[in-house]
Amino acid sequence: MADTSDIKKGFKMLLDGVPFAVVDHQFVKPGKGQAFIRTRIKNMMSGAVIDRTFKSGEKLEKADTEERTMQYLYPEGDSRVFMDTRSYEQISLTNEQLGDNVHYLLDGTEVDIMLFEGRPIGVTPPTFVELLVTETEPGFKGDTSSNTTKPAMCETGLQVNVPLFVNAGDKLKVDTRTGAYVERVKG
Amino acid sequence: MAEPADLAVLQVLALRATLLGAIRRFFDERDFVEVETPAIVPSPGLDVHLAAFEVNTSQGEPVGWLATSPEYQMKRLLSTGAQRIFQLCRSYRAEEHGRHHEREFTMLEWYRANATSDDVIRDTEELVAVVANALDQPAPEVQPPWQRLTVDEALQFHANVELDAIVNDEEQFFRVWAEKVQPRLGNERPIVVTDWPSSMASLARLKPNGMADRFEAFFRGVEICNGFGELTDAAEQRRRFEQDRSERRAAGSPVYPIDERFLDDLERGMPESGGNALGVDRLLMLLVGADSIQAVMPFPEERL
Repeated sequence: MADTSDIKKGFKMLLDGVPFAVVDHQFVKPGKGQAFIRTRIKNMMSGAVIDRTFKSGEKLEKADTEERTMQYLYPEGDSRVFMDTRSYEQISLTNEQLGDNVHYLLDGTEVDIMLFEGRPIGVTPPTFVELLVTETEPGFKGDTSSNTTKPAMCETGLQVNVPLFVNAGDKLKVDTRTGAYVERVKG
Repeated sequence: MAEPADLAVLQVLALRATLLGAIRRFFDERDFVEVETPAIVPSPGLDVHLAAFEVNTSQGEPVGWLATSPEYQMKRLLSTGAQRIFQLCRSYRAEEHGRHHEREFTMLEWYRANATSDDVIRDTEELVAVVANALDQPAPEVQPPWQRLTVDEALQFHANVELDAIVNDEEQFFRVWAEKVQPRLGNERPIVVTDWPSSMASLARLKPNGMADRFEAFFRGVEICNGFGELTDAAEQRRRFEQDRSERRAAGSPVYPIDERFLDDLERGMPESGGNALGVDRLLMLLVGADSIQAVMPFPEERL
């Protein structure tokens, strides 16, 4: 059994059967009163962030979570199949579970998969991925500095706003945390 | 205000030297005497939620505890006739650690004999304005007078609950206070919260309205000081100590001894006095716009 002294950023606890990760925490002790730990915690299933205050010393149940690096293999119906690169064990996540991250999966992409009591609940793709542009309005020659952007469709179905000089067939570096265009990749 | 920053150690020390110098000048100009009292004491304070460091010899013989504040000894000085005294010292609280807490921290404590809590509230307002100037952070928002609010008003205003509804459930009181009230206190300007429930009087006397003559000042949601119109009744003080000790016993906390010499001196007679204890690290943090007290300490625990 853990208690509030184990709370730090990233600490994972079970509340009413749901795993939560600590985003932020602060020790508070009003004047002559007892101490509390004020926390901001993230529901690892829904992504919702809530505030919760614990009495200092309160017992906490650690969430049985594990993060494993896995390689994306292929789509299968409404799901995507991944393989543990060490044990070769395969698991699949539904597109719904993957959310926007489904757009960052290319053959062989390595992702971190969060397991809760052995079941996958989320995936963290690499911070940057390189995606091929399949479709976009033709660029205007010489226009490299303007802030104007246009939409571009990538091979995975991701739509990104790109500068006007980007053309179909270009490779883009995309930030998976924001879904934003970073740069055009040469070569 | 400066940007929150992890200030370099020499810059921190320069700021602290300026601050400590300004505090000493402030009290010197008002005819206070700077005093020194021991760090190792026979009783570290009995407040139920305080944890002290026990001090032992190398043979494991108990010697005492590190003081959680210099209160008992400074009040004993009042009993011997001191009129205006202040002290800058380290105080120690074993189980407090966070952005606004450090187990070893710098306390400013001062007492005025033949004075009231109002007198020391005024000292506090003036002191903060003066040191802000000395630090070259002449924050107009800290200029006196500060707004006053009772505990009941603060609860009603920020948490929509009356003191009477939660005063008998201490955990509920402090949970509401920590979650809803304190973070919103003094966001624009420092604020003084008065009229604490008698069950939280600690070493404060009771006012004619039955509330404790205790105040705390808050700035940007951070408590900067805790002061009293001091309790001078030895019998009442002993009764409260015994009450604290039985609460500590019930909570499974260490039950520290009663400082009998302090009670003896109260018995002999202590003048009606006002006193205040102010967290120097927190004040500096707030005035320079840092986001933790560790940022304004040369060697906080995590960098020691």
